Amino acid sequence: MASDAASLIALRNVTKVYGQGATQFQALKGVDLDIAAGDFVAVMGPSGSGKSTTMNILGCLDVPSAGTFLFRGHHVETLDRDERALLRRRYLGFVFQGFNLLSRTTALENVELPLLYRGDEKRARRATAMAALEKVGLDRWWDHTPAELSGGQQQRVAIARAIVTRPDVLLADEPTGNLDSERSVEIMELLTDLNRESGITVLMVTHEPDMAAFARTVVHFKDGLVERIETQHAQGEKVS
Amino acid sequence: MFGTTLLLALRSIRRHILRSFLTILGIVIGVGAVVTMVTLGKATTAAVQSQIAALGTNILQIRPGQGFGRGGGGPRPPDFTPEDVTAIATQIAGVTAVAPQAQASATAIYEGANWSTTINGTTAAYFQVQPWPLASGRYWTTPEEQAGKAVCIIGNTVRQNLFRGGEAVGERFRLGDVSCDVIGTLSTRGQAGFGGDQDDVVIMPIKAVQRRFTGSRDIRLMLVGVDQRYQTAGVQSAITDLLRERRTITDGREDNFNIFDTKQISDTLTGTTTALTRIVAAVAAISLVVGGIGIMNIMLVSVTERTREIGIRLAIGAVANEVLLQFLVEAVVLSCLGGLIGLVIAQAVIAGLTPLLDVPWTFDPQINMIAFAISAVIGVVFGYFPARRAAALNPIDALRHE
Ligand SMILES: Nc1ncnc2c1ncn2[C@@H]1O[C@H](COP(=O)(O)OP(=O)(O)OP(=O)(O)O)[C@@H](O)[C@H]1O
Ligand SMILES: [Mg+2]
Repeated sequence: MASDAASLIALRNVTKVYGQGATQFQALKGVDLDIAAGDFVAVMGPSGSGKSTTMNILGCLDVPSAGTFLFRGHHVETLDRDERALLRRRYLGFVFQGFNLLSRTTALENVELPLLYRGDEKRARRATAMAALEKVGLDRWWDHTPAELSGGQQQRVAIARAIVTRPDVLLADEPTGNLDSERSVEIMELLTDLNRESGITVLMVTHEPDMAAFARTVVHFKDGLVERIETQHAQGEKVS
Repeated sequence: MFGTTLLLALRSIRRHILRSFLTILGIVIGVGAVVTMVTLGKATTAAVQSQIAALGTNILQIRPGQGFGRGGGGPRPPDFTPEDVTAIATQIAGVTAVAPQAQASATAIYEGANWSTTINGTTAAYFQVQPWPLASGRYWTTPEEQAGKAVCIIGNTVRQNLFRGGEAVGERFRLGDVSCDVIGTLSTRGQAGFGGDQDDVVIMPIKAVQRRFTGSRDIRLMLVGVDQRYQTAGVQSAITDLLRERRTITDGREDNFNIFDTKQISDTLTGTTTALTRIVAAVAAISLVVGGIGIMNIMLVSVTERTREIGIRLAIGAVANEVLLQFLVEAVVLSCLGGLIGLVIAQAVIAGLTPLLDVPWTFDPQINMIAFAISAVIGVVFGYFPARRAAALNPIDALRHE
């Protein structure tokens, strides 16, 4: 395991409580996790074990109830809403199981969106977004809306949108959950490629061992805690 | 930053064309209905008031007979005499002037142009009871009046048709068999609801009309001017007593003349139109509310869709204020667009309806602004506040919204 200093992300005793009073539920019970820059991490575990909760916290889409979240050595849990938004804009890309593309909006305009908020000029924006679409193999489909694309294509648009700002970390919560196995493998190859070629740290939740096999590190969750972490040297080979 | 926001807002409007259209429609209906109805209501009131003003306030009209719609059989009640006119003018307190009237109609001919018009024979008192400024020339003199000279003052319609709008004063034309000198032209009064075109008239000394057109000394109408400080009702009853005596009507028998109080009619009509304006304004307010509810529904229906959209925007790094500004701009653009379309449509409808309703075209900036402002506020409130609530959520909660 990497030391604290080299960690891109470090969670220390992170808890998350949903609801209040009688309906209160503790989804995370003190998670400790270190992720090194450039790693490809698969997060696995039974349903309800807190995988998505952890991902949302790591993606700054949600805040921990208690504990410490360090990103590049900076405390994230003390940032306000807008600072977290800027952190997402600058360093993070998120891919959802349900794609979450803007409807009635072309692939290109969807991918352009993060650049718009970043304030890129129109010409640069178009070129960068087009390059991202090319990377996911969808440049020929740039003027299609989500309704005119298959699930696999939509997820690749979502990935293009997540990586168009060249983030440090790509977070993907069950990115292949809505796809058949052939499409899933294509997505995994794309993620592997982004991890290797562009050096993006990839964190991915999955239920399928076949998909987890693409990762270098596998984190197992159970009952709101990290149960164990294993490292795989090459695709499919497990070394504990 | 603002350019980007505007771009995003316009894109969103274009993408949700149906939603945008329905929002605009609500505002168009609200603004259009309110402006049209209130403007037409005001125009109608103005028209009625100008017609009343044309009748003259504080004027009593006295005619032989028992008023409108009655009479029928029996001997015709006698007309009035010049002595009746003098008696009323001198014996009744509060009477400023009494103008007898004798009416006839004839065809006027001038250099090949001919025009059939109404001749109004009266005395100088007529212009005291009902002031009517001249456009050019002069009124007749007392000697001319007493001699019954064929001098005349013509209305603008007669001037237009007979003299083709040219100078008429000093010209001589034929009126039936009589040759008349034009000594004055009247200023324009325009359409009156009751009597038609008030400017289609030739006014002459009553003696001239009686001698050359009606052939009798009888007077079929008297206009009595009442001093502003007197109640017309009191003056009316004093005149009634005087005329009953002069016409030797014994007690218990009905009057054989009638007195028509324009003040009373004017009060009644003004009251009616005011009530009408209020009703119209109430209906208009209802349409504004209906339009507002329409907008509200559209906005609330799209709240789920919008909340998810806001979640997506926040997730990819938008700051809450950027998202909010976009929704605000979108709401403002739609509301203003709808408001403007509503105003334009209202003006078109008003322009189309005023000739049909025979009311003057009016433009009331106040109601235009009020209707526009209210609709815009409704549009902005219901477009913006759901967005504000959504933007206050954690991105992940906004994305999960159902
Ligand atoms: N917004 C919420 N409000 C209340 N409870 C929640 C909320 N989100 C998650 N939970 C609860 O927290 C626990 C952990 O949920 P989480 O989504 O992290 O699980 P998961 O590991 O991603 O499961 P799955 O594999 O089914 O996606 C679950 O028991 C869930 O019911
Ligand atoms: Mg999950």
